[in-house]
Amino acid sequence: MSKVLVIAEHDGETLNLSTSRTVACALALGPETIDVAVFAEAENKPAEAAARLNGVTRVLLVEHAANRNPVAAVLAPQVSALAKDYTHVLAPATTFGKDVLPRAAALLGVPQVSDIMRVLGRNVFERPIYAGNALETIETPPGIVVATVRTASFKAVAETGSAPVEKISLDFDCPTHTRFLRVEGSSGGGRPDLQSARVVVSGGRGLASKENFDLIYALADRLGAAVGASRAAVDAGFVPNDLQVGQTGKIIAPELYLAFGISGAIQHLAGIKDAGTIVAVNKDPDAPIFEVADIGLVGDLFEVLPALVDALPKDKS
Amino acid sequence: MNRESLEFDVVIVGAGPAGLSAACRLMQLANEAGKSLRVCVVEKGAEVGAHIISGAVFEPTALNELFPDWKGQGAPVTVAVEHDELHYLLSEKRSFKAPGFLMPKPMRNEGNYVISLGRLCRWLAEKAEALGAEIFTGFAAADVLYDDAGAVAGVVTGDMGIARDGSKKPNYQPGVELRAPYTIFAEGCRGHLGKRLMERFELRRDVDPQHYGIGIKEIWRIDPSRHRPGWVVHTLGWPLDNETEGGGFVYHGEDGLVLLGLIVALNYRNPYLNPFSEMQRWKHHPVVRRFLEGGTRIGYGARAVNKGGWQSVPKLSFPGGVMAGCDAGFLNPVKIKGNHTAMKTGMLAAEAVFEALETGGIPDMGGRYRQSWVDQELFRGRNFGPALAKFGTLVGSAFIWIDQNVFRGKLPFTLHNRVPDHASLDRAADSRKIDYSKPDGVLSFDRLSSVYLSNTNHEEDQPCHLVLTDPAIPIERNLPLYDEPAQRYCPAAVYEIVEAPGQPARFQINAQNCVHCKVCDIKDPAQNINWVPPEGGGGPNYVNM
Amino acid sequence: MKVLVSVKRVVDYNVRIQVKPDGSGVMLDGVKMSMNPFDEIALEEAIRLKEAGKATQIVAVSIGPQAVQEQLRSALALGADRAIHIPLDAAPQPVNAARALAGLSRRENPELILMGKQAIDDDCNQTPQMLAALLGWPQATFASKIELADKTATVAREVDAGLEYLSVDLPAVISADLRLNIPRYPKLPDIMKARRLPIETVTPEDLGVEFVPEARLLKVAPPPKRQAGRKVASVDELVAALRERGLLS
Repeated sequence: MSKVLVIAEHDGETLNLSTSRTVACALALGPETIDVAVFAEAENKPAEAAARLNGVTRVLLVEHAANRNPVAAVLAPQVSALAKDYTHVLAPATTFGKDVLPRAAALLGVPQVSDIMRVLGRNVFERPIYAGNALETIETPPGIVVATVRTASFKAVAETGSAPVEKISLDFDCPTHTRFLRVEGSSGGGRPDLQSARVVVSGGRGLASKENFDLIYALADRLGAAVGASRAAVDAGFVPNDLQVGQTGKIIAPELYLAFGISGAIQHLAGIKDAGTIVAVNKDPDAPIFEVADIGLVGDLFEVLPALVDALPKDKS
Repeated sequence: MNRESLEFDVVIVGAGPAGLSAACRLMQLANEAGKSLRVCVVEKGAEVGAHIISGAVFEPTALNELFPDWKGQGAPVTVAVEHDELHYLLSEKRSFKAPGFLMPKPMRNEGNYVISLGRLCRWLAEKAEALGAEIFTGFAAADVLYDDAGAVAGVVTGDMGIARDGSKKPNYQPGVELRAPYTIFAEGCRGHLGKRLMERFELRRDVDPQHYGIGIKEIWRIDPSRHRPGWVVHTLGWPLDNETEGGGFVYHGEDGLVLLGLIVALNYRNPYLNPFSEMQRWKHHPVVRRFLEGGTRIGYGARAVNKGGWQSVPKLSFPGGVMAGCDAGFLNPVKIKGNHTAMKTGMLAAEAVFEALETGGIPDMGGRYRQSWVDQELFRGRNFGPALAKFGTLVGSAFIWIDQNVFRGKLPFTLHNRVPDHASLDRAADSRKIDYSKPDGVLSFDRLSSVYLSNTNHEEDQPCHLVLTDPAIPIERNLPLYDEPAQRYCPAAVYEIVEAPGQPARFQINAQNCVHCKVCDIKDPAQNINWVPPEGGGGPNYVNM
Repeated sequence: MKVLVSVKRVVDYNVRIQVKPDGSGVMLDGVKMSMNPFDEIALEEAIRLKEAGKATQIVAVSIGPQAVQEQLRSALALGADRAIHIPLDAAPQPVNAARALAGLSRRENPELILMGKQAIDDDCNQTPQMLAALLGWPQATFASKIELADKTATVAREVDAGLEYLSVDLPAVISADLRLNIPRYPKLPDIMKARRLPIETVTPEDLGVEFVPEARLLKVAPPPKRQAGRKVASVDELVAALRERGLLS
């Protein structure tokens, strides 16, 4: 039976939601136990939060001064030291997990699976290749399974659990060759980065002018969202080209994508195919975007946009 | 400006069937004579084949001459034509199949093969390189170099890393001069350098204007039970009316693939005609859809083709250079084949240039052409195009049948079509709008999702390569007179008239979509659009087209 | 300082890939192949280090069948000094690519190893990390800026939270992210010259590499098509629908 170790992601204060989604993936394995490892300098809130995740058997709080910041070369030997008691080691496929886990897999001498989308068996997984334009099903060789989890493919678990938190101290050779200096947040108060934003509000040719794009910006501000645009809007000069979403612009995967006045040419859809929920507002009921929109509203965006801004609560973040 | 300069014995522009055959033949001649020859082929596509698109049913005549042992050497010419059908489509559902004797003899295909020209070109490129020629892909020949006497001295490749506003980006790379005593221009139909050379050296004096068609092709992977390797099907008639020349093709190739398309002559008169939409609805006809049902479309592309034939062949040589292949225009319109003549004229160009390297002077390409089977073949079919243009499809076809099957092309007169294609449009006010139904997304599709399948891409931040001599013409002349037909004749939706409330109409050029077909350069009634090559490596990336 | 740059031959990023009908893989016949774009960026960075006088030799390496030599020639044309081909029937998975590269590194002793953060075909994002682990070297992944000092490098990394700055001792493995630089175009004369340069062949046996079992490919399928959802008739319905899905904070 499977025993899964989940590597938690946190910033010292908050447990990242990615950890919960990784636990969801662990549950899909139908395991005997799921332990969550929190690497930290000292006891902290993330460990407590991890203990509340449904399905978690134990939280292992691995305390070490060097664990203050997540440095892959420091964490990987600790992960590989813990791993011997488990059949599976999972981490979220965030920049954190992608940095640490392959290093740990190499120390363990095993292959790693990146970006699990679906669990099909103890060691059979489906994952995206070619930027998600194809899906491959693979089977790992016998032995421990080390894998990162595509967080967008799993829903966070409920937080009604109460697992015990165990302090662990590991004996390991702590490398000194890598020093964490600092992290600089992306926009510091401005709009989130388009590439990684959770919510994106996007405008197309239907906005008809540069000035009208203010309506898009207003909704984005209300939602705490990033702003995107179709190629037609960029070519028409409504917005600069770093806002372009699509095959030749940015390929994004927000949780929520709201498209206003965008017809939905395949080149644009190529940029948003992995979005969680697509909402489309367009006055043309035949616009191709309605063929992929999860929620569609046939209407005049000049009426809908201000009405939406009024109807929505201000984003708290 | 000081550009780097490389010296060769021969520079060849274009790695298509003509250019590559020329390269192979040159190296063969050099090796036979024990000479070393530096031959350079420059190609704007990212790799050989990226910009190659053709039906194609291939006549191996030229290949037999170039590489007699092509079969043993594994040339990708393997699917022999087994079965030939000609259908006249009467309406969207009805048709009749022409019995064998009704087909003009030159249109029959015994001994021919269904091929992918892209695959064949890749094979020819391997041969050329093995023989010692150098091929550079991803570099566009942007301009011709001339020496002090005004003779062609080579070409210069395009600058890379120029921004949309013309300024130099951090990765700016100036073009390079490729100099040689002789240059073979083999850019394909309506080559942009060929266009300039024809003007500069008056190569079109005393010949009929070239006539063109637009070929729109798709590749489908079909239900294996419907696949008939070696089947060749041609259609005439619907959806084109009696005044509009053109026809469709469906060829069953290897790997369960079907190559199909529609060619529409560019001397069509109705400015509301949309060749792309005609091709899409043509697929719905039972004669075509019987193969496609249950299949998947995997490729799309479009290209202008020559059909002026014998009367439109220009002068072929000039100081410092020659023209070969479709750049000059050797497609045989009766056979609807141009690959074998492209190869042969490439070989003739090689022979002419090889001789001129010894003797100096202008290569005798014209003489060689006139003594070759290319001339004989084109002469035989010379009345095909003008007959259709003058008499319409029905009477024209009858005339052709008599001309080809009874008189074997030896009628003692030659018809001429002297009206250039761009001058053939009727006014919009006098024309009937055509109601094209929406694509169904199963058999027929829209232009943007089609362009998507051509793997077309261009560096975003570069000058627009579709240059308007007068930027006001689309809105001020073409729109009122012809409802700006560019919106419809472009198979890649490059041109749009954008109208927003309270704003003047705007002519938008989506250069990013361009599949390098050259139809705009040909069909614009004002001849206002000048196609120049975008940054090298851009354009379609056709797969086995 | 010697810099080792690993480059992978992948399907060109402009090609819309198609899955084979039998699900055994992706259609590669006649499809354009190119150097992995992230590796191009890594190579460009190495070339800039050389131009700045910080690197003295750039060694490009690629693992796979004969065809990968095309990418090695591109690397030479762009400015690599040497090119090494490690022949294998097929490109190995990261776990073994890292082993082969580790073997080569022990022989070549570079002070810096640069490569793209991931290959655009398998999207694994593992090889640089695994290589660093096998060598016991520091790793700095998803680099968007590299500053070299005498014995250390300061690297800005693109992470979810923004930019993270690390200081690593050399030798180190650094993987390149998109914004590290914009690669140069190759020059035609350099492409010509590169065709005449030698490519060294070093086999896995020469390096004493021990490969481990890799994951087995069971099947490849196209992604499920997004279907149309529902239509709403008003802004209020839209807001309700979003709330229902838990999308509003």
